[in-house]
Amino acid sequence: MARGVIGETFAKRLVVFHLPLLFFILFALFPFYVMFVTSIKSTHETYNRQVNPYVPVACAATVVEQVHSFRFNGAAVVENCFYHWRTLLRDTLFIRWLKNTLFVAVVSTFISLFAGITAAYALARLNFRGADTFGVLIFITYLVPPTLLFIPLSDVIGDLPFLHGNLLNSPWALIVAYPTFQVPFCTWLLTGYFRTIPKELEEAAMIDGATRIQAMYQVILPLALPGVLSAGMFAFTLAANEFLYALIFIYDAPNKTVPVGVVSELIKGDVFYWGELMAGALLGSVPVALIYSFFVEHYVAGMTGAVKG
Amino acid sequence: MAVLERPNVLGYLLLTPAAFIIFFFVAYPFVWGVWMSLTNKQIGMPWSQVQFTGLKNYADLVTKDGIFWTTVWNSFIYTGIATVIKWVLGIWLALLLNRMIRFQRFVRAAVLLPWIIPTVLSTIAFLWIFDPDFSVLNWTFRHFCSWMGWECARGPLWLGDPILALASVTFVNIWRGTPFYAISFLAGLQTISPELYEAAAIDGASSWQRFWHVTLPGIKPITVVVLVFSIIVTFSDFQIVYVLTRGGPANSTHLFATYAYQVAMVGSRLGLGAAVSLFMFPVLAVVIVFQLVYLRREQA
Repeated sequence: MARGVIGETFAKRLVVFHLPLLFFILFALFPFYVMFVTSIKSTHETYNRQVNPYVPVACAATVVEQVHSFRFNGAAVVENCFYHWRTLLRDTLFIRWLKNTLFVAVVSTFISLFAGITAAYALARLNFRGADTFGVLIFITYLVPPTLLFIPLSDVIGDLPFLHGNLLNSPWALIVAYPTFQVPFCTWLLTGYFRTIPKELEEAAMIDGATRIQAMYQVILPLALPGVLSAGMFAFTLAANEFLYALIFIYDAPNKTVPVGVVSELIKGDVFYWGELMAGALLGSVPVALIYSFFVEHYVAGMTGAVKG
Repeated sequence: MAVLERPNVLGYLLLTPAAFIIFFFVAYPFVWGVWMSLTNKQIGMPWSQVQFTGLKNYADLVTKDGIFWTTVWNSFIYTGIATVIKWVLGIWLALLLNRMIRFQRFVRAAVLLPWIIPTVLSTIAFLWIFDPDFSVLNWTFRHFCSWMGWECARGPLWLGDPILALASVTFVNIWRGTPFYAISFLAGLQTISPELYEAAAIDGASSWQRFWHVTLPGIKPITVVVLVFSIIVTFSDFQIVYVLTRGGPANSTHLFATYAYQVAMVGSRLGLGAAVSLFMFPVLAVVIVFQLVYLRREQA
């Protein structure tokens, strides 16, 4: 790290390092700035061509006025800054969508982790006939995009019985569909991870009298915990970000997930509720963004491990 | 319990959950989709009227459907341009991130954001950014214009013109995908031994030569993985086009996935839609086979 820095002048460092990096950071964050600013402007201000769209004028004026007068007035701040946020949380189904998203993502992630751990262990450790073929099959499945399968899959899921009808329009349709991309992903990542754990550890446990299954969950699984954790976290975000299946399998507004709910329910025909849309987009991104910011280093490490494996 | 110690038994047992999911929800739907594409199936059509029509759907698309050919063309343009630009920007960003010392976590998290947050949600922000009248992009454009003393009352219609719309959609794809390349290349850079750079420096290699002969070969394994993955995801993309243009204006920006959605879900012609999405299959198959052959060769 930091190689080649010694001997560089400040000017050169500025041009080849700081400025490009600043450009990339601004490039990445710009849409989020637009989201935030639009979400705290009044609709009237949003549709005014004369006003500078980068600045939330009314909101800024309120805040400046309150800071100057040392008098905090929460109601005025909500009215001038967080009007759309209030509408989003109070008058739309956003909270419902958030709950649906979390429910679907958590349940499908646990299913996929279970199937992924067992399959990855078998592929990494056990020599049985057909193991290689199955490994290749998992890898191919990992690369098959949902857009290739969504039309027949909606038929297949529509044929599955559930309560008084079929699975469509229920969160369980997504819980059934999401493992199709989560399981191959977890298996692929974890096979690489299990291979980095020395075989001798479980062989020693088995000589001491443990069965293979005991060795697997008492010796190998604790050691593989970082890998399992990052596989679970990425599987979760894959589910939370999924759009196409959620768009097609769920029809009723209260059952939708955040990505689909925001783009289908906050746009009515030609009317775009921009403030609510932007607030929803920001709020819907927060859970995923938080998880990732804690695990960035894991991701880099996991990626290296997976490619080496 | 002794029977569970045999790899042949335990192996199959452990594979069962994954195999079950893949068989019933990937392999079976795929076969079902191939069958659907050979019929005239429509949404709500009673089974008695569903007819086997052979390759008619495929033939109709290729011979009679102008939008289909626009879709094919768009998909290759979109994938080609976006992949090349993401690759270049990704290596550049990875090299920058690799020498970062202060605020490392913050900077990495910030540049990774476009890739990690739900694509439709960030694309909604771009839909507003591209607004021709009220938003930041054309406001800046108009002020830049008048500052330069030019005549321009209105800015470009970013999503209202076929060429500009395809360019805008490609731009958003680049914005979203660059962090994935960068963070993967960063992982690759960290596997290159510093001694290689020292040896190259001692031998008098310029920084460009070091990049060409040490860095690029060093990240080659991960480059193949990233390119394959990215080409597949870009080629089969749905969300960005769906949110920004719905394939418009006048069906000029469709990709395979959005056109299949429009034909099958909006036009309710399931058989024809299945045929549209299956046209992706040959391209995906070539990429996947390439990847498998490459991995085999690396392991040997």
